[in-house]
Amino acid sequence: MTEMFFWLCSGAAIASAVLCVTRRSPVASALWLVMTLVSIAAIYVLLDAHFIAAMQVLVYAGAIMVLFLFVIMLLNLGRTQATDMRGWPGRLVALSLALVLVVELWAVRNILPSVDLRLPAGEMDRLTSEQGAIAMVAEPLFRTYLVPFEITSVLLLAAMVGAVVLAKRRL
Amino acid sequence: MLLGPALGVSAILFSIGVLGVLLRRNAIIIFMCVELMLNAVNLTFVALAQQLGPDGQVFVFFVMAVAAAEATVGLAIVLAIYRHKETVNLQTLNLLRG
Repeated sequence: MTEMFFWLCSGAAIASAVLCVTRRSPVASALWLVMTLVSIAAIYVLLDAHFIAAMQVLVYAGAIMVLFLFVIMLLNLGRTQATDMRGWPGRLVALSLALVLVVELWAVRNILPSVDLRLPAGEMDRLTSEQGAIAMVAEPLFRTYLVPFEITSVLLLAAMVGAVVLAKRRL
Repeated sequence: MLLGPALGVSAILFSIGVLGVLLRRNAIIIFMCVELMLNAVNLTFVALAQQLGPDGQVFVFFVMAVAAAEATVGLAIVLAIYRHKETVNLQTLNLLRG
């Protein structure tokens, strides 16, 4: 049952990713990307990452994609013009490079982490039921990774200032 | 165990993202393909976190924060470019070409 649902979500994610890459209109592209992101969130749930799935929907499918659509509509790129794809030589090069990459990644996929590093089976289920889905992530986030967390806030501040400076006509 | 299939799906999604970056000339669509690649990497992190402990999920959190920062600054740059060139087609941005 879980496996079937996983393949359903994966198929949806891959199909809408292909549509996102091939659609001519940026708005259609953005909406297919939202579909991909939501499918990936469903896969996260199947992989015991409930909190990350919620964050994926809120931050990616919500905030970041709204930002993209906002800029597309601000620049009035919604109407379909001539295609922006490369010509046939460029397409062939891009396709063959992507094919080489997928073969490489598929080969790497079979190299799994050594058995000593792995948690005993059912450990993530135990953690989830013991601590809850949020505390499982929050505990290491605010203990082991406290300094990176604080640096992230500085990064977000810098990005905010940078975006205002870049997008404003005259300060 | 869904580890193997999840890594395979993330490999395919990453390659589709790379394909989009190589195929398109619209700067905003290229940005969206970069987001797709970041998501594929996040999927790898989550799939491995199921076996190696919740640290991988913490890392996904950081990747999301960095992706949000990158998207805001990148889209601000696209806005600035559009103001100068009246287009977001990367073919017209050839100031550095010799």
